Amino acid sequence: MKKIAVFLCCFFLALSFTTASFAKEWKTVRVAVEGAYPPFSYIQPDGSIEGFDIDIAHALGQAMGVEIVLVQQNWDGMIPGLLARKYDAIIASMSITEERRKKVGFTDKYYQTPVKFIAKKGAYTNFTEAVLKGKTIGVQRETIHDKYLTAQYGKDVKIKRYGNLDEAYLDITAGRLDLIIADSAALYTGFLTKENGSDYEFVGPDMMDEKWFGEGVGIEVRKQNTKLAEMFNKAIQTIRANGEYKKIQDKYFNFDVYGK
Amino acid sequence: MDFSIIQESWPIYFDGLVTTVWLTVAALVIGLLLAVPLAVVRVQGGALAQAPIRAFVYFFRGTPLLIQMFLIYYGLGQFQWMQQSVLWSLFSEAWFCALLAFALNTCAYSVEIIRGAIVATSPGEIEAARACGMSRMLMLWRIILPSAFRRALPAYSNEMIFMLHGTALASTVTIVDITGAARIIQSRYYSPWEAFLTAALLYMCLTFTIVFFVRRLEKHWQGHLLPARVSDFE
Repeated sequence: MKKIAVFLCCFFLALSFTTASFAKEWKTVRVAVEGAYPPFSYIQPDGSIEGFDIDIAHALGQAMGVEIVLVQQNWDGMIPGLLARKYDAIIASMSITEERRKKVGFTDKYYQTPVKFIAKKGAYTNFTEAVLKGKTIGVQRETIHDKYLTAQYGKDVKIKRYGNLDEAYLDITAGRLDLIIADSAALYTGFLTKENGSDYEFVGPDMMDEKWFGEGVGIEVRKQNTKLAEMFNKAIQTIRANGEYKKIQDKYFNFDVYGK
Repeated sequence: MDFSIIQESWPIYFDGLVTTVWLTVAALVIGLLLAVPLAVVRVQGGALAQAPIRAFVYFFRGTPLLIQMFLIYYGLGQFQWMQQSVLWSLFSEAWFCALLAFALNTCAYSVEIIRGAIVATSPGEIEAARACGMSRMLMLWRIILPSAFRRALPAYSNEMIFMLHGTALASTVTIVDITGAARIIQSRYYSPWEAFLTAALLYMCLTFTIVFFVRRLEKHWQGHLLPARVSDFE
C-alpha cells in the first residue's frame, strides 16, 4: 500500500513538473493540419501540403515569433491527438461548437465563410427576399443551411434536399433548381470555379447569423494552454492588421472569408 | 434506443408511406399494362417485332434499377435539347423520372414472367380451342391469357414485392418516400437504428399486405390447381 502511495505521489509530482514546464515560453508550436479539405488544406502531387489553413499557420507563427512544425493528422483523430499531446494546436477548419468546447480550448475565429445563395448569372440582379417566392432551392439535407432555409423560407419556397452538394450542382445545371444555398467556400471551390459552374454566381446577402451558423472557425488548443490561445488571438489580430491575412485570402478566394 | 423521436416525426413517415404506396401502385399498373401486349408479341410476333422487345427486356433486366433511374434523372438532364423540349416539364420533375424508371423496369420483368406463362399453356387447351373454331384473338382472350395469368401470379407477386422494395431508390433523387423520411430522421437526430428500423417495419407491413391479397387471389383463381395437402396446412 505504502509503495503505491509513494508511487502515486511521485507520479503526480512528475505530472505537476510537466505541467509547469509547459507554462514555459513557446519556441516551437506543433500544429495539426488535415490535407483533405481544399482549398483550405490539400496535398500537392509531390506530397507537400498546401492551402489556406497552412498559409495561415505559417503567418501566425511568424507573427508570434515561434517556429511552426506541421503535423498531418486525419480528421477523426484530430482532437484525441491534441489531448494526447501529439501536437499543441489544430488549424484545420474546425468550427467552434459547444460540444467541442467541452473538450478543447478555442481561440477566436480565424475565418468565418458566410452562407450564400448561388444562381444563374444575371438571374437575380436586384436580389430581395421577395424574389425567392415560389422558387426551387437546393440544399444539403439536415445541415445548418437546411434548418435555416426551412425555418426562414420554408413556407414560400420549394426545397429540394440532397445527400451531397454534387447532386445539387447537377440539378441546378439541368435547370431543376433556381438556387442553391450552402457555405460560400464550398460553393466557390466545389462549383463556381469549375467548368460547369462558370455560368453561375453568388447572389444575395452574406448570411452569418450566429444563432443559425455558429461562431466561425477557430484554432484548437488544450484547455490548460490559455497562454498559447492568447498568443494565437494576438497573432490573428496582427495578421488581420498588417495585410498578411488579406494576401492569403486573395490567393484562394475572391471574397471576404473573415466575416464581421 | 429512443423511439420518442419517431413519435415526434411521424408525419414525415406518413407522407413517405403515401409516396411509396402511390409510386409502387402506379409503376406496377403502368408496367403491367405495357407488359401484357409486349409479352404476346414476344411469343407470337415475327422476328422483326420481337427484336426491339428483346432489346428492351435485355437492357432493363441487365442493368441495376439505380443506374436506370440515374440515367433518366441526371443523365437526360445533361442535354440541352432535352431541357428545351416540351417533355422537359415532365422530366424536370423527380417523381416522373423515378416513376418512368420503375414502370419500365417492372415492365421488363413482367414481360418475361407473362411470356413464360403463355409458353407454358398446355397444347391440349389450344388444340381444343382450335377445334372449336376460335380465331387467334379470341383464343388469346378466352383461353391463353386467363390461364397464363393464373400461372404467372406467384412469380408476379414476387415482382410486386421487388418493385415495392425498389422504390426505396426514389430517395436518391430527392423524393421523400419511406426511405427518404428515414434518411431525414437519421441525419436530424443521428440515430440511424431507430430511423431505419421504423422504415423497415413500414415496408414489412406493405409487403405483407401484398402477400395477403395475392394469397386470396391465388385461392380464388387457382384453388383447383393447388395440391390438396397445401390446403390442409392452411
